[in-house]
Amino acid sequence: MKRGRLNIKPDSEILPTRDGAVKRCRSAAVGFFRGQSQQHDSVENWGNLPHHVVLHIFQYLSLVDRARASSVCRRWNDVFHIPDLWRRFEFELNQPATSYLKSTHPDLIQQIIKKHAQHLQYVSFKVDSCTESAEAACDILSQLVNCTIKTLGLISTARPSFMNVSQSHFVSALTVVFVNSKSLSSIKIDDTPVDDPSLKVLVANNSDTLKLLKMSSCPHVSPAGILCVADQCHGLRELALNYHLLSDELLLALSSEKHVHLEHLRIDVVSENPGQTQFHTIKRSSWDAMVHHSPKVNIVMYFFLYEEEFDPFFCEETPVTHLYFGRAVSKEMLGRIGLNCPRLVELVVCANGLEPLDEELIRIAERCKNLTAVGLGECEVTCSGFVEFVKMCGGRLTQLSIMEEVLVPDNSCSLEQIHNEVSKYLGRMWFPDMMPTW
Amino acid sequence: MVVNSLHWFRKGLRLHDNPALQEALNGADTVRCVYILDPWFAGSANVGINRCRFLLESLEDLDTSLRKLNSRLFVVRGQPADVFPRLFKEWNVTRLTFEYDSEPYGKERDATIIKMAKEFGIETVVRNSHTLYNLDRIIELNNNSPPLTFKRFQAIVNRLEPPKKPLATVTRQQMDSCWTDVLVNHDEQFGVPSLEELGFNTEGLSPAVWKGGEMEALDRLKKHLDRKAWVANFERPQINVCSLIASPTGLSPYLRFGCLSSRLFYYELRDLYFKVRKHTSPPLSLYGQLLWREFFYTAATNNQNFDRMEGNPICVQIPWDHNPESLAKWAEGSTGFPWIDAIMTQLRQEGWIHPLARHAVACFLTRGDLWLSWESGMRVFEELLLDADWSVNAGSWMWLSCSGFFQQFFHCYCPVGFGRRTDPNGEYIRRYIPKLKNYPNRYIYEPWNAPETVQKAANCVVGKDYPKPMINHAESSRLNIERMKQVYQQLSHYKGLSLLATVPTIQEEVEPPAMEGSGAHSSTDMCPTQASRKALLRKRERPAKTERAAACTPPKVQRISTPDGSADDQQ
Repeated sequence: MKRGRLNIKPDSEILPTRDGAVKRCRSAAVGFFRGQSQQHDSVENWGNLPHHVVLHIFQYLSLVDRARASSVCRRWNDVFHIPDLWRRFEFELNQPATSYLKSTHPDLIQQIIKKHAQHLQYVSFKVDSCTESAEAACDILSQLVNCTIKTLGLISTARPSFMNVSQSHFVSALTVVFVNSKSLSSIKIDDTPVDDPSLKVLVANNSDTLKLLKMSSCPHVSPAGILCVADQCHGLRELALNYHLLSDELLLALSSEKHVHLEHLRIDVVSENPGQTQFHTIKRSSWDAMVHHSPKVNIVMYFFLYEEEFDPFFCEETPVTHLYFGRAVSKEMLGRIGLNCPRLVELVVCANGLEPLDEELIRIAERCKNLTAVGLGECEVTCSGFVEFVKMCGGRLTQLSIMEEVLVPDNSCSLEQIHNEVSKYLGRMWFPDMMPTW
Repeated sequence: MVVNSLHWFRKGLRLHDNPALQEALNGADTVRCVYILDPWFAGSANVGINRCRFLLESLEDLDTSLRKLNSRLFVVRGQPADVFPRLFKEWNVTRLTFEYDSEPYGKERDATIIKMAKEFGIETVVRNSHTLYNLDRIIELNNNSPPLTFKRFQAIVNRLEPPKKPLATVTRQQMDSCWTDVLVNHDEQFGVPSLEELGFNTEGLSPAVWKGGEMEALDRLKKHLDRKAWVANFERPQINVCSLIASPTGLSPYLRFGCLSSRLFYYELRDLYFKVRKHTSPPLSLYGQLLWREFFYTAATNNQNFDRMEGNPICVQIPWDHNPESLAKWAEGSTGFPWIDAIMTQLRQEGWIHPLARHAVACFLTRGDLWLSWESGMRVFEELLLDADWSVNAGSWMWLSCSGFFQQFFHCYCPVGFGRRTDPNGEYIRRYIPKLKNYPNRYIYEPWNAPETVQKAANCVVGKDYPKPMINHAESSRLNIERMKQVYQQLSHYKGLSLLATVPTIQEEVEPPAMEGSGAHSSTDMCPTQASRKALLRKRERPAKTERAAACTPPKVQRISTPDGSADDQQ
């Protein structure tokens, strides 16, 4: 700062600022400086740039940089507050004790609520594992009264801290947005204490616009609650929920004539302790109705069960397309998948056991003609069995991820040969996944 | 002209295959072998007693070997930059030699010393013998950036000349032509200190499972090669309960400290393979362990931020949780999961655990269950694990936590199932957690599920004699897979619905993709076409400087808040 203060015209004020901001403005312009005599003119020009030019430039800056730039002069400050720059915002709420991440500054939050609440359209809240952060999110939500929010996301980046907020506090904050927005199209409220009455409010105000609803692991919602959504929101295209909310009625409601084609249905099947949860079965006719209505629907199922709990599943033909097994899954289950899941596109198995899965995989290759992605964790497959599997699937397997440890060499095939054989059948270079042996 | 050599031992604690030491002896009139022991080293929370003991034993071993050659090891306390000027003057040093250290901190330290030596008119000779290859050459061949997939690394290594052959060990004749001036009170001034002298409490310390030193290393190497079954098949051994126990032929700590030359190991393996298989050329997998080590050294050598997430261009930015209590339970082996606790107990007691055991505990701490930062795990390993050096430790932790190197994150090790499949009879648990030894096989991996009668019969009640499980694995893994997906969906190489991230093929992996995670900036209203431009712009910025906390445990990120906007540190 040895060159002395900038000579700014009186009508563009410089707010009291740190040297840094002024330095920044200067350093940005430094390339154009050729000497003191030109300084006066160059600085004048920067301050008088048309609004739309400054706006265009601001769109390249991060929020932090824009905030700094906004304290340079009044015009830039005006541009900072143009509604276009406030359509999308992500509130990051973290406590230093529980997170390494930075947090949106409280003053900025106040500014937004005061000046920009009505401009917000795409809003998300990212909170860490501390209850305070979730409560702060709820407080902000309660104040978004005059808004026309289209997208709302409540995201816990670590532990689900929204579950620790008092249910009434959460629900009243959420319904403020539900009631006032009237044009919500996408809502992500996984791992929150949302309940049936709040869903009713959602439906009462946004049934025409709702397209996406993600509410996995919301324990206070009942099948009736979600059924209400399916009945009224005919534009719903994406839905994520837990298995206990799934019912024949729900599938039929989503397949009614008035309903648009469903694109994505995600179902989490979770059991806390072995034998504690009884899983109901869904009728084949309900699944058939769904596929008939929405032939291209992706049905994604995530399983977190113990081996002995799989019996109710896949006994009849099920139109699932993406399967993920987060714990062990039995050979029998994989065998049934081969038999009953003709629409299967992706299969990811975290762990299985010590018996080779050759037969099951080969059957899956035979019957699941749409299979394009396979991931195998701690399982066992003989090398020749695996090669056979890949041969049958051929080039349609665009993603094949298998841990090197999984492959068991046998008489006809060794680990070294595997890479060549598999690459040959896939039509591209392929290697198993490796883990450091250090 | 009189040549007074000073050989500086750091790693490379051996007399065989030591080209730098050979250079010290070459035509010298006097030679002194020095090890500089940083006094901070012992007091620091981050050096466990096993690591320190191993080092001291290795130094003793060097001293013993040098004595046989009519010389001694000079252990000097202090920091190199302070110690060297005094030694240079006192001993009239004209030549300084040491083994090349590829790690960024090492390079910086060495540059300072070389400059200092120059000012004293001292010739410095540095030789590369800690790694198989010249790492800069590998980087050069990969378009001037380190390979980030192991396969690509192997492809490049295949194109290189084989590693330099190991040199013979220093002989008596060589030492006879140069002379070491050993004072009568050498032991007082320059002797290897004991653990107690360095401030460790050795009461109740059990004997070392891994004995330090070059002689032990060479002995183990011989036994390692002798193991007939492995030799005949050269197969990758499957893990079972035996592999979990410390092997008398294990070599990783010796490679880390340089008691064993990696090149010697390489050529011994190669020669043995030729002897047994006669004409086929050895597959790269034969050198598995060595190449992984080499891989991480290469990845780290030009990256000062390799051991942290923030500011590390190859590390995915993941919003880890911060919970010192949980971290402590994991580090102390009181998570309530016997498999995890047994592993952490073995680690603390002995200083070594099997690589797959490392995967299990690393997964549990980070992306599998606790969702804590890999950096904290890395620091615990740094303290306890004998073969954990900077590059390999940080690299492994990033790998295992899916923070880098294009790892698939769908695969999660179950803290119950994985152990049970590896060791169905629970022998490993019974050995390291004697409290649980009376549990039947059915419940030993999940004692909290055992009926009360069983717990009482086993004389170990969960919640009283052994901790309850600190988390619910099904619930945690469900949450965490979602978190990982959230992070990965923002990366360029992740596609849509599926859980399988795309790994670049060997050809593609030329330029590392921008690893932009969800970071600390609130989003702007960028339309998708502008997003990539923004990523480019971001790439050009300098990473924000982070200030290292003095102690080892507090988080490394400093937050400075200012009146307007969420603020970065000033750049």
